[in-house]
Amino acid sequence: MDLSYGPEYEAFRQEVRDFIEANRDRAPKGAGLRDPATLEWQKLLIENGYAARTIPREYGGYGAEPDILKSRIIAEEFARGQLSQGLGGQGISMLVPTLLEMGTEEQKRQFIAPTLRGEMVWCQGYSEPGAGSDLASLSTSAKLDGDEWVVNGQKIWTSTAHLADWIFCLVRTEPDAPKHQGISFLLFRMDTPGIEIRPLVDMTGAANFNEVFFTDVRVPKDQIVGARGQGWAVANAILGHERDSLGNPDATLSRLNALIELMRHETIDGVPVIEHPVYRDRLMKLQGRVLAMRCNDLRVLSSRVNGTGGTGLARLINKLQGTELRHELEGFAVDVMGEIGLAYGDNPYLRGHGSWQNQYMYFLGLIIGGGTSQIQKNIISERGLGMPREPKIQKG
Amino acid sequence: MEFGLSQEQTMLADNVGRYLTDRVDLERIRRFAEDGDDADLWQGLAELGIPALLVPESAGGVGLACLDAALVAEALGYHAAPAPFLGTAVAAPIALAGLPAAEALLADVAAGSARVGLAIGEAAGARADAGVTARDGALTGKALFVTDYPADHYLVADRDGGLHLVAAAAAGVSHRPLTTVDRTRPTGELTLKGVRAEPVSDDPAVLGRLLDVTRVMLAADTLGAAQAMLDKAVAYAKEREQFNRPIATFQAVKHMCAEMAADIEPCRAMVWYAAHALDHLPEEAQVTACHTKAHLAEVGKFVAKTATEVHGGMGFTDLLGLHYWFKRIGYNRQLLGTPEHLREEAARAQQLTA
Ligand SMILES: Cc1cc2nc3c(=O)[nH]c(=O)nc-3n(C[C@H](O)[C@H](O)[C@H](O)COP(=O)(O)OP(=O)(O)OC[C@H]3O[C@@H](n4cnc5c(N)ncnc54)[C@H](O)[C@@H]3O)c2cc1C
Repeated sequence: MDLSYGPEYEAFRQEVRDFIEANRDRAPKGAGLRDPATLEWQKLLIENGYAARTIPREYGGYGAEPDILKSRIIAEEFARGQLSQGLGGQGISMLVPTLLEMGTEEQKRQFIAPTLRGEMVWCQGYSEPGAGSDLASLSTSAKLDGDEWVVNGQKIWTSTAHLADWIFCLVRTEPDAPKHQGISFLLFRMDTPGIEIRPLVDMTGAANFNEVFFTDVRVPKDQIVGARGQGWAVANAILGHERDSLGNPDATLSRLNALIELMRHETIDGVPVIEHPVYRDRLMKLQGRVLAMRCNDLRVLSSRVNGTGGTGLARLINKLQGTELRHELEGFAVDVMGEIGLAYGDNPYLRGHGSWQNQYMYFLGLIIGGGTSQIQKNIISERGLGMPREPKIQKG
Repeated sequence: MEFGLSQEQTMLADNVGRYLTDRVDLERIRRFAEDGDDADLWQGLAELGIPALLVPESAGGVGLACLDAALVAEALGYHAAPAPFLGTAVAAPIALAGLPAAEALLADVAAGSARVGLAIGEAAGARADAGVTARDGALTGKALFVTDYPADHYLVADRDGGLHLVAAAAAGVSHRPLTTVDRTRPTGELTLKGVRAEPVSDDPAVLGRLLDVTRVMLAADTLGAAQAMLDKAVAYAKEREQFNRPIATFQAVKHMCAEMAADIEPCRAMVWYAAHALDHLPEEAQVTACHTKAHLAEVGKFVAKTATEVHGGMGFTDLLGLHYWFKRIGYNRQLLGTPEHLREEAARAQQLTA
């Protein structure tokens, strides 16, 4: 066990801190996607290697050698300084890594740089009304007609479809092949004729995801990533990226600290909630679980840095445990507030700008999205514990 | 940056694991539950250097760290192995190192020829009329649920946070065994009447550290026992058939196992971290030790129940012996602070309450 990062890395940490102090005023206040201040900030971060760090220069990144600890230090310091670490979103977090791995040279040159700069916004068109957990049964079709794919069908739960310029979309191109082998990964513009977007309001009241309908949408033939019929493999390359990023324990720790502050200030009959043993015990229970997940995360980080194995299970459980823990933590904060916990929207008694109720619900969305908790348990038992799959039901 | 075990630590864990796999099968556990004789096992573990692990090199020991000891505790828990580990191999070297009067005793401990029981349970909440008072250099009172029983010496905590070394043969000492659910951990009661003891420390911080260390060891023991129960449950589920298929194909069973694994896996890193903190992060050690023991107690309880359920009626029988692990986890949970007690201590140590 050696928990220090060493002098080279501590010097790097100091650099990051200096940058944050010098540039704090230039950070955008809100999170507006196309807001000029946000785009300026993103540009500054890339130039200094704090965003798009390991993406090659020729594709608009900073071009540093991958160094997990440096990336980690950047994340830690930006979180500590409570500054935005630049744009996220499915284009940057999912499509860019996929293109780097599976895209053609032309696709990399065309798409990666504007995506990184925040000028090209993407949405992820995977789920369908008939294909959620069983994603491979998707039925949106694409048929080749001359030099174009003709896409027909419907997607659902498509986050930010209403804001996106482009979509990366799974479609069935080989209707006669076995279900995993008949899928292709297409890229197309969201203003292509034949696309209709209908917003879906989620339980928080926001309309962040959508239904997306395709009627004879014509897509140039070369806007496919990977070979025809290889879309499942292409998509799976990035599902891993997504699961690693959900339920991050550092974010959970800062919420835990905010919860402690809340309990110190919130009172019942004049007594701070934290002085009530029952509430204090629930807080301590959560603190113990957060500590366990942080240790788990450090162990996984270390095995990635040092190239040692043995952390397969420690990674597999991350999405399940991380999102469930966070949901419970936010829900406990609502309990801490009693009736005040009901406050929502413009209620004058809101605490923390209403973030507790909001995040409590939002994290239920993350428990479901990106592979539900039940699907995670299937994965843990099958890949982690070597238990057999359920026998297939023969239809008809 | 390296969050994990060194090669030497992996080797130590493998060696102890191999020895216990060879020597401690269910028959051996049952025999110990009947006759309480673990001399052969302790002798074998002594040959592997286990009782000398935490004894400083200057005192004839191996001088390793708490993390190494935690790996041994985990292996003992995994095999539900009887051994005078907590008091003799952990508490004694931690408390007695550097104490001139205990030099000979520590050498005997390191050699595996002396046993030291741990009688500090009352420092984590005294029940009924239990508790020991020190007055004018003499100890009077009762210590319950003393570990490593019967021992040659006992480490006894008094009501003011002092620590004493009591010889079992000293005048005024009487003792008797206490039956507990866990037949792999012989436990006793000490009654002291004006007993002359060797003072170890009058600094409550020393007792506090002893509690931190032994709590992490109990958590590590639970980690091992819980892992063993999960492994047994998964193996059983793959073998046992019902409705013409292995029960491991039933999702209800798979999800029980996945939930156990998802709970246990972070515990491994947590125990390593807590054990590391004992030696290297003094300002975090107490809170981390409390949280680790409390969290492992909760996870252990869930795993003990769930793994038993996966085995169906077999799990409930004496035939399979699964209950030895169930009870071991239960013992670790109650000893030296229940989860509620530990979480309150963690809150107070962080000054979260006035
Ligand atoms: C906030 C949010 C954002 C999202 N954003 C996007 C997006 O941008 N793009 C996109 O493509 N998708 C998105 N999704 C969709 C998400 O991936 C799906 O909702 C998810 O995969 C579950 O599919 P489903 O909703 O059809 O539920 P279903 O698959 O119908 O599941 C319903 C219930 O059945 C259970 N179940 C299903 N199959 C099994 C099984 N084999 N074993 C055990 N239980 C099972 C599930 O666990 C669940 O409890 C988003 C979802 C949410 C909540």
